[in-house]
Amino acid sequence: MATQKKVKKPGWKELPEGDLIIGGGTAFEFKTGDWRSRRPVFLKDKCIHCLTCWAYCPDSAIITADGKVVGYDYEHCKGCGICYHECPVKGKAIMMVSEKEAKAKEKK
Amino acid sequence: MANSNIVARTGNEAMAEAMRQINPDVVAAYPITPATEVVQIFAGYVADGLVDTEFVPVESEHSAMSACIGSSSAGGRTMTGTSSQGLALMAEMLYIAAGLRLPIIMADVNRALSSPINIHCDHSDTMMVRDSGWIQIFSENCQEAYDNMLQAVRIAEKARLPVMVTTDGFIISHGMERLEILSDADAKSFVGAYKPENYLLNFEKLITVGALDLQDYYFEHRRQLAEAMKTSKQVILDVAKEFGTKFGRTYGLFEQYKMDGAEIAIVAMGSTAGTAKVVIDGLRSKGLKAGLIKPRVFRPFPKEELADSLKGLKAVAVMDRSDAMNAQEGPLAVEVKAALFDASASSGANKTVLDYIYGLGGREIKPEDIEHVYNDLSEAAKGKAKQKVTYLGVRE
Repeated sequence: MATQKKVKKPGWKELPEGDLIIGGGTAFEFKTGDWRSRRPVFLKDKCIHCLTCWAYCPDSAIITADGKVVGYDYEHCKGCGICYHECPVKGKAIMMVSEKEAKAKEKK
Repeated sequence: MANSNIVARTGNEAMAEAMRQINPDVVAAYPITPATEVVQIFAGYVADGLVDTEFVPVESEHSAMSACIGSSSAGGRTMTGTSSQGLALMAEMLYIAAGLRLPIIMADVNRALSSPINIHCDHSDTMMVRDSGWIQIFSENCQEAYDNMLQAVRIAEKARLPVMVTTDGFIISHGMERLEILSDADAKSFVGAYKPENYLLNFEKLITVGALDLQDYYFEHRRQLAEAMKTSKQVILDVAKEFGTKFGRTYGLFEQYKMDGAEIAIVAMGSTAGTAKVVIDGLRSKGLKAGLIKPRVFRPFPKEELADSLKGLKAVAVMDRSDAMNAQEGPLAVEVKAALFDASASSGANKTVLDYIYGLGGREIKPEDIEHVYNDLSEAAKGKAKQKVTYLGVRE
């Protein structure tokens, strides 16, 4: 679950003029994964690393390393389930679970 | 005095001539009477290779302003021209251009708004978009239209606000007059090169333009725009001063004609001011102490300066070439009266009226905010001066 930090927001004299956001890739800092009702869980042993999920993910939330899937970015994953739907592995290398239950488990 | 060239030109030709000398990167426009010729003549310059402008002939004024916004955001010096219904169709995009602080320059030929349909001059088109955050510069004749266009480029880019330069439809746009044009070299050096600080095509410094701006930030950005409009007064004066020094024709926020010792005066914008000058000359020769105030900039409105120049008069008439349909009076009269009211309030003759701007962009108004207003009022009632306009709840 993404946490929005309580920071002092800039006043009108400090903001860049004209509704500009200075700097590139700033949308990455915007956490969008806090309204998910289901989450994908990575089944490492079943994954064939075809990267189909990576190509289809609308939020670029599939984390890869050296051409292999290693897990999911839960700060940006919205739980849409497209990765699960597109996974070509028989029986799926991704499991969609209830966010509520997954969180409860995390707390324990 | 710099090289000058005396020619005969209509207002539309004068504006197109200024555009040729400015040689903007992009012009996107849609033709509309009586402004058609401005871009029609300019399109000829593009076809003849006299300018290196990318000319974008669009299918509507909404698209014209959209293309201008795109081009200006990308970093190009951008111009357009329109009138009446065309300006109305641009209205949505005008707000965006100003909000994004894009220095787009527009030739607007004033024409009545429908309905009933009418192609002739009044100022209701520019008045319709008076709150859009565009600087509005009115011209009395062809010469001023030309001079104002050249100055508008500098004003827009320094103030980082879009500027519209207006002429009266047909009266100026199609009327041929004596015009002193600058040499191309003088015009070019006065306008200078455009070096935007932030622009989309700068890959060294990435930016996002026009992001969503809800309760959290919208109000602060509108506050910035209000401040930019206020500070643009000085920019306009500075540019005018430089223009006057170089080329001998001086401009201000408004022109005072025979105001020395005047007892009565009218306030009028555009070509009517020229007519009034002739009348005043006649009246003065008969011993009547008449004068004229001709606002050159309606936005920013030169409130304090104008009130100051009107203060000693016995009576003032405002000539409004449009009606605000507000069951009150014309838009120029409303502004002039407000300026005079504030001026007399500061001398203790009137009650204090405070204005609170609040709740922009969905910003909440809370009971404590209202309480704050009451507290200010109690103070004001005791004669303790409070600021006239308060941005209630905006972060400093």
